[in-house]
Formats: sequence, structure tokens, C-alpha cells
Amino acid sequence: MSWLTLTPEEWDAIRLSLRVASVAMVTTLPFGLAMALLLARGRFWGKSLLSGIIHLPLILPPVVTGFLLLVLLGRKGPIGSLLDDHLGIVFSFRWTGAALAGAVMGFPLMVRAMRLSIEAVDRRLESAAGTLGASPPWVFLTITLPLILPGIVAGMILAFAKAMGEFGATITFVSNIPGETQTVPSAIYALTQTPDGDAGAYRLTLVSIAVSMAALIASEWLARRVDRRIGPE
Amino acid sequence: MSVEIDIGHRLGAFTLEARLSAPAGLTALFGPSGSGKTSLVNIVAGLLRPDRGRVVVDGEVLVDIERSIFVPAHRRRVGYVFQEGRLFPHLSVRQNLLYGRWFASGGNDRDAGHIIDLLGIGALLDRRPAALSGGEKQRIAIGRALLAKPRIVLMDEPLASLDEARKAEILPYIERLRDRSRVPIVYVSHSLAEVTRLATTLIVLADGKVAATGPTDQIMQRLDLLPPSARAEAGSLLESRVESHDDAFALTTLRTRAGTFRVPRVDLAIGHPVRIRVRARDIIVATSAPQGLSAINTLRGVVTEIGVADGPAVDIRIDCAGDILVGRLTRYSVETLGLRPGLPVYTVVKSVAFDRRSIGAPMQGAFDEDA
Repeated sequence: MSWLTLTPEEWDAIRLSLRVASVAMVTTLPFGLAMALLLARGRFWGKSLLSGIIHLPLILPPVVTGFLLLVLLGRKGPIGSLLDDHLGIVFSFRWTGAALAGAVMGFPLMVRAMRLSIEAVDRRLESAAGTLGASPPWVFLTITLPLILPGIVAGMILAFAKAMGEFGATITFVSNIPGETQTVPSAIYALTQTPDGDAGAYRLTLVSIAVSMAALIASEWLARRVDRRIGPE
Repeated sequence: MSVEIDIGHRLGAFTLEARLSAPAGLTALFGPSGSGKTSLVNIVAGLLRPDRGRVVVDGEVLVDIERSIFVPAHRRRVGYVFQEGRLFPHLSVRQNLLYGRWFASGGNDRDAGHIIDLLGIGALLDRRPAALSGGEKQRIAIGRALLAKPRIVLMDEPLASLDEARKAEILPYIERLRDRSRVPIVYVSHSLAEVTRLATTLIVLADGKVAATGPTDQIMQRLDLLPPSARAEAGSLLESRVESHDDAFALTTLRTRAGTFRVPRVDLAIGHPVRIRVRARDIIVATSAPQGLSAINTLRGVVTEIGVADGPAVDIRIDCAGDILVGRLTRYSVETLGLRPGLPVYTVVKSVAFDRRSIGAPMQGAFDEDA
């Protein structure tokens, strides 16, 4: 069974991947929800343009997204240099950059899942809550939010999975530095490039499969639970 | 407690231009589909902003467009029972009921228990809305609106999505509500059967305008004021009491001021007050005592008024010892019988003309002990 034992470097990659994906999921959540609400409920000029820009990372080659991030947010880039000079925040070649790349790639998936669930909410229930004395923020908290919870959970799981698996944008933006930016996919890629790397690649592949399955099962279970609670109307 | 409405609103090609007031009791907004009933209650609830006008509930100005006043829906304390119930699917029946109470300050558990008893929903509290029948859902929706401590309750065709059996299940609860709660109710309906059974005041809407307004029994006798589609169901409302039951023939005798009516058996105790609707088209008029007739209700009265002709038909009013019966006859019959005001006549009504929709519990106080 010794070939199944993970090396310290492989453990590093797994821990880093989990951290990168968790941070990407949690930090995009408020923005994703706000954007989903804006796109589902808002009526403004340029809405389809905004929607297009958000969905762009889904269609662009990930390497292009990574390159754009590098150009804009690299230390010499227009945004990156500002952040470095004034706030001391650096993304390039850091694990935070990997999280950012994962977040950007997962964002359209998260917004899409949440937007669909918001559009499915029966707005007549919200006006009913209004006549019962609930102000708009309370209506959102007590009616809208519980009803779109399945969509929020689905969006979070999709974003997490996307960030876990993100490769092209990450490697372009933050490279493949063991212990800093080498996530599981980057590590597998690196292992396949070395002569005795096959065993490690297998191990990390198994880990990837296990994590993905766990995420899928968790989302199924949550969806069923919510379904049972709300039931068919 | 009353509601004053004077508003104007345009929706595409449709114009709503209404001025009306709803006193205590149950005021029915009656009219065909598309006459503006729902828009009117949506304006009162704050779900629709009118182009001009005012809405005043209980002395408080809720809407005054000229003075830029528009109180948002959640601060109006207007209870709203929607046609489709609109129960919150993610909450239990109990949580649904208490939803509005949580925002309304004050109120005690005795009130809540009272309303739950009144609506007979105590056994449903731990269920989910998805597990309720249509009739149960509407009762919960009514309870939820009442528990928010409203100053006025709006009901927008609360029975429209239910079958006859479910309607019959809910009507008594709304009757009880009308009689026991002091909150005015505005009830939107296009069913004359519901309106005659429930309403103290009747407001007829047609094409976005108020066509008639007044006490239900008076408006009901004015067939010319009602929309053509409703005339077939219109007639007189009489207050009566159960006098006796005839089990052999499954009939019940009801006493009104006009005399006794024998109707299909109703399951109410002797002496129980009952409101009946005598449809104008079910009335036969004879100038001499009829003989050899299958119809068993014959009342004596005096013609008081011959109405305006409406095509081949004309409505006549007959005073039967103080109760007014309205009959819809052909102009031909009126002429050949020589009917004129002051003429004594016999009024005949078939027993089977009464169905469960035209027999209901009366309003409290509408039937005095000495009557």
C-alpha cells in the first residue's frame, strides 16, 4: 500500500488547492449574489453587455484569462501596481493570485446558478409578505433568501469545484511554484512531466476524484433536503 | 373604521375611475372580469400606484398623489387574502400564520387562539402548505392576514380557484368573520351567489367605473344596475327563520315577513336565522289564487312598481307584507295580466328554485326579534 502514501509535496498541493478553492468560493459569494440579483431583477442600460463580460471566462481559453489577469494585475500592470503601491496587495506568483484566478473562472458559474434560482422565485410571495408588514430587507431575508438557498448552495459548489480544477489561468497568472502556487492540477501536470512522476499523478488523481464526488454528493443531499422542506406547490 | 377611495388609473386602453367608500361590515366589489376590481384593491394594498387620487383608511391618508403621499405596502396594515393563497412554501402553517404578527407590534396569544378557532385550523399548525387542500390553504391565508392586525381586510376572489364543495366549506368562516370581527372587509367577486350571501354593502363595477353602490338587498333588486351577465342570478334577499322541518319530503319551512317558504331541507336548528335569495326569474305572478299548480310557495302581495323594459323583459316589484320581491316577467305577461301599481297579486316560487348557494346564514342584527 506504500504507493498510496502521499508525499509531503503532494500534501502541500492538496492543502493549497483546498485553501485556494475555499477562499475563492467564500470571497466571491457576496459579489456573486449581488450580481445575480442585479441581473435577475435589475433593469438598466447595458445589462446584456455586463452579463456578457461576466460570462466571458466561461468561453475564453483559460490561458487568455490568465494572461489578462497577469497584464492587469501583475506587479507592473495598471491595477496590480496600484494595489502594490497603496495597499501592499500582490497577486502575481502568490497563492492569493491562484485564488483570484479560481474566483474569476468560477464567478460566471456561481452567478448563473443563483440568477436562475432568483428568477424562479414567485414574486407574488414577496408582495404578499409586504402586505403582512415586512419591509423590503425583511422580505429578502425571510422569503427570497430561503427560497433561493438551493441555488446559492449549487452556485457555491460549482465555484468551489471550478477553483479546485482550475489550471490554465492559474499557471499563466501565478506559475507553478511548489508550496506557493502549485495546486493539485498544476502538481499533476508537473508530475507527468517528470520521469518517475506517474505514481504521484495517480495519487493526486484519486484525491481529485474523491473531492469532486464528495462535492457532488453534498450538493445532491442539500438539494433533496431543501426539496423535501419546500415540497411541490 | 371605513375606507374612502377616489382614484384614477390608466392601464393601457383601460381606465379605472372610481370613487367609493366601504363602511364597516363586508363590502363586495362586484363586476365582470376586467372591470377593475383587482386593480382597485391592489391600489388600497399599496401594490399599485394610481395616476391620481386619494385612499383614506380609518382616517389615515394612505395615498394622495396630488400631495405626493404614498405609504408603502408594508406600513399600511392592510390584510390581503389573494386568490391563490400565496402561502410561503418554506414555512410551516404556524410560521405562515405568525408571519405578519411578528411585524405587527402588540397582539396577544388569546387573539391568535381566537382566530385559529374561528377558522378551524388548529389541527393544521404543524403541516407544510404543500400538504394542505385548496380550502385549507385559503383558511390559512385568511388567518395569516387577520393575525397581522390589519385595519381592513381585502379579499380578492378568495374562492375563485375552489370547487363548489370547498367554497361551501369556507363561506361559513367568512360569514363568522364578518359578524364577529370589527375589521371592515372588502371582498372582490364576480359571483353573485357569494356576494348576496356575504355582503352588507354592494358596489357594482363596470368598465372601471362604479355603476351602483348601496346596501346589498337594495342593489340586488335593481336588476337594471347589475351587469347583464348577473341579471339571471339577481333577485330579492329575504331574512327568515327556520320554522319546521319535513323529513318525509326533505323540505324545510322558513318564515319571512312575506309568509312561509318551503325550500329543500337545510340542516339548521328551529329558529335559526337564514338569508335566502329569491331570483327574479324564478317568480311567477298570478292575479287570482292559483290552483292545480306544482309550485308550493304562494305569497300574497301588492304590485308597487313596474320597471323599465329591458328587451322582452320587465322587472316588477311586489310588496309582500313589508318584504319586497322582485320578479322578472315578459312585457307580454305584464300587459295581458294588466299588472299595475296597487294591484293585489299572488306570487309563486318553486321550492327547487332554492339551492344551497341561495340559502345562507344572515348577518347579525339584520333580523330583529320582533320581525
